Amino acid sequence: MNSAATRTGAQILWESLLEEGVRTVFGYPGGAILPAYDALLDYPIRHVLVRHEQGATHMADGFARATGEVGVAVATSGPGATNMVTGIATAMLDSSPILCVTGQVGSRLIGTDAFQETDVTGVTLPITKHNYLVTEVEDIAPALHEAMYVARSGRPGPVLVDITKDAQQASTDGRWDRADVDLPGYRPHPDPPAAELRRAARLVNEARRPVILAGHGILISGAMAAVRDLAERGQIPVAMTLLGIGSLPADHPLNMGMMGMHGESWVNRAIQEADLLLAFGMRFDDRVTGRLATYAPKARKVHIDIDPAEFNKNVRVDVALAGDLDAVLARLGPLVAARDRSPWLGRIAGFRGENAVRDIQHLPDSGRLYAAHVIHDIWRITEGRAIVTTDVGQHQMWEAQYYRHNAPRSLITSGGLGTMGFALPAGIGAKVARPDDEVWVIAGDGGFQMTMCELATIAQERLKLNIAIINNGYLGMVRQWQEFFYDRRYAGTPLLSPDFAALARAFGLGGEVVTRRDQVDDAVQRARADERTVVLEFQVEQEDTVYPMVPTGARLQDMIRRPKPEAAPVGAK
Amino acid sequence: MNDGSTGGASATIAARAYAVWVEDRPGVLNRVTSLFRRRGFNIESLSVGRARAPGVSRMTIVVLCDANTSRRLVEQLSRLVNVLRCDELTGTPSIRHELAMFKVSAAPEERTQVIQLATATGARIVDVALESVVVEATASPGRIDGLAEVLRPYGILEQVRTGLVSMARSAASVMTEPAPRQLPRRVTSAAEPDDGTGSV
Repeated sequence: MNSAATRTGAQILWESLLEEGVRTVFGYPGGAILPAYDALLDYPIRHVLVRHEQGATHMADGFARATGEVGVAVATSGPGATNMVTGIATAMLDSSPILCVTGQVGSRLIGTDAFQETDVTGVTLPITKHNYLVTEVEDIAPALHEAMYVARSGRPGPVLVDITKDAQQASTDGRWDRADVDLPGYRPHPDPPAAELRRAARLVNEARRPVILAGHGILISGAMAAVRDLAERGQIPVAMTLLGIGSLPADHPLNMGMMGMHGESWVNRAIQEADLLLAFGMRFDDRVTGRLATYAPKARKVHIDIDPAEFNKNVRVDVALAGDLDAVLARLGPLVAARDRSPWLGRIAGFRGENAVRDIQHLPDSGRLYAAHVIHDIWRITEGRAIVTTDVGQHQMWEAQYYRHNAPRSLITSGGLGTMGFALPAGIGAKVARPDDEVWVIAGDGGFQMTMCELATIAQERLKLNIAIINNGYLGMVRQWQEFFYDRRYAGTPLLSPDFAALARAFGLGGEVVTRRDQVDDAVQRARADERTVVLEFQVEQEDTVYPMVPTGARLQDMIRRPKPEAAPVGAK
Repeated sequence: MNDGSTGGASATIAARAYAVWVEDRPGVLNRVTSLFRRRGFNIESLSVGRARAPGVSRMTIVVLCDANTSRRLVEQLSRLVNVLRCDELTGTPSIRHELAMFKVSAAPEERTQVIQLATATGARIVDVALESVVVEATASPGRIDGLAEVLRPYGILEQVRTGLVSMARSAASVMTEPAPRQLPRRVTSAAEPDDGTGSV
């Protein structure tokens, strides 16, 4: 037994995490992490047992995105750690702060190809913000405190701490406080010079057709109010990136909606016509720019981001302001003059024009079930107040188009990496983080089958989520690309699925199948009212397509638009 | 106004040198080279050694790239937690030297000629054997190329070059070295073998 002052590495692990405010971890035990698991029983930390370590990382990610705090995932060495790779890369691409703690074989065995040994710091080096291999008990506390600090500060991201089994078992009476973190090479909070701020303000004040590009950085920085103030004072319309959704309420009159490949055509036209782009916490991803050479050709560009490595990476900008967005806008805001830009706003309203009638919402109910209907109805019934998590693909784009998010951190989706199987575990993480909020997992039939084992985690933890599977019998987005660009040769995309409702019942959860639009309301209401998690399988139109669409490499204004409805004449409501 | 893409006037590709100070910790060299690989930057040469401050290593890295890539490279390197500082040396008046050794075939009748050639160009003879000599030189890469040209007719059996090391001239600037972190006292255990090569 240890004396009061002496603690094992395993104890130091949990005490350090407690000191950092961690109360929940998502994990899966195994040989090399066993000492840590043994000590876990003595600490007030909730452990959510996952069914696959990828799930643990997505749960930590969902937890982090729902709260802004660091989500923690725990796994053993070798396969436990390598199973985390997809979740780590997902968090990296979307700047989500997660901490992954992995066990490693004993330090004397490192390099010997020991049982369940993998060079995890080597494997995860390019997909973590930083990582640590800890071989000595004295280094556990410093590594964890540094890791938490690095994960959450600056541009957030995943950090992995790999701790050898002997370091977990060894004891020390050394103390290490989180205040001792000293990283001289890490400068997470740059501050732009005043002259550059004045240049940016002059561009804004001179602009007649400005557009704000609202990215994830607004949510991370907590700059929602500052962005809203700036937009309202300057009467500047706002376009959202996928991860920026929720940074300005969807029903705000200046919020135009999503930009990019599946953005609305008037949003992309506004960007192409703009004389100034104000890029806030976004990174000009290829999915939002279309062909770079023809992107927003008339616009000067002001880019504000906390990561200076993002400047001039894809798009050349005129003014680059490196810093925390909220802090930069606090300085920039007072320099921006109030303006009436109604001619520009009126022009954008004109772009919108007859687009609305092409929208599927205005099609008469033909008895067929469309994914857009389902998501629109879920939005209406939940009054837009739910936290929604999605995978990647058609359902994700329909969610972004038809679930109108008014609250920050209410859409949790894999944007940069585009990870299938993200929605269900991310939803679990979000529900654990915010138990009083309604959580909807919206997934396709393909992605859901990648991580559906986590239904068992839901059952074991007695969590209440609502799950909507948009089942179209295909890997829908890939099928759509095959339809447009591969002559409808549907290679590998038709998909057989289990009876999802029966599957849910096998896990002790509720399950229901919906095939007609007139069933949607009741089914959604029943699911919400059920105290168990309910899986709703919506069997939707099989060859439905996400419109509008900018083909890769095309100009933003060259969108494939929604077909004109045949059933309803133009102008009909 | 710009063309919206990242090409343009600064697209001239040139060899650019960088001074990079890093923490002397395990895996740091790997982090730096991994970044170059992942972002598609091509390393011409890289040399590492101890800096003045204990716990700090200094790298000189030469990369073929244009000005915009160079700026991104500096930002990407600066983003690494273990990188203390990164400066591009290209615009700064600086001393750029490389150390090279050539093992030159030199039969007794040619030996005097080779030695005279070498010493006339400022190189030194550091080893003499029956049929060969080793010529060592410290100079700019261009002068070393010149030395190699002169020695080639005799037959270069083997050569090694360190890659560029560079330091700004005193008149240009004295680069204040970044300070290392104040590490808490740490007990070393027998479990961590020290191979004596430094930990980078």
